[in-house]
Amino acid sequence: MIESAATFAFACFALAMLMNLWKVVTAPDVADRILALDTMFINAIALMVLYGMALGTEIFFEAAMIIAMLGFVSTVAYARFILRGNIIE
Amino acid sequence: MENLFELLVAAFLVIAGIFGIVGSFGLIKLNDPMSRLHAPTKATTLGVGGVLLASMLHAAAFEEHFSYHELMITLFLFLTAPITANFIAKVHIHRQETRETMPEAGGDDHWATHDTPEDEERRHAAHNPPAEE
Repeated sequence: MIESAATFAFACFALAMLMNLWKVVTAPDVADRILALDTMFINAIALMVLYGMALGTEIFFEAAMIIAMLGFVSTVAYARFILRGNIIE
Repeated sequence: MENLFELLVAAFLVIAGIFGIVGSFGLIKLNDPMSRLHAPTKATTLGVGGVLLASMLHAAAFEEHFSYHELMITLFLFLTAPITANFIAKVHIHRQETRETMPEAGGDDHWATHDTPEDEERRHAAHNPPAEE
């Protein structure tokens, strides 16, 4: 039962990631592009945790943590660059 | 008992998948930038929360140890999601909206995020009256 549920979740997040990629390509404004990229980061975390669960290892949690931090920092840096033209003033 | 945990983990996984896909579908389906902000920041964060809960439950029930990593990731995500949403909303406000197109701010002033340096000086002066000689 868990295997089929995990397969369903894998499919859902993979499809969600494709939709985000579509939005990154077709976004009308840079704010939407930042939002789509941030959502891609979050979906990547979900996929990594699912993969770690499927393999039964713990090594992917550290990777997921690093991706979470990188996603936050890069989103804030991008938004700040658009807002102020500078990241560290 | 084993069966109950299996059912719970499977349910969390399915719910998480549905939330994740709804978040991204909302991102491409909604047609106004500020409502587009709602879908990924709420639904996708909930989706990841569901996956992490399922993973924690799986480790506790089937691998006989309690796993703290998921708790850290959940905490970090739930702390940072509102901050990134705020920044993205600010980018939208500064690029697409002007003082005139924003909703009423209340009082007889505009929203503080549209302040120019002159406005800031005016506000500062209003709050700190010059000392009497």
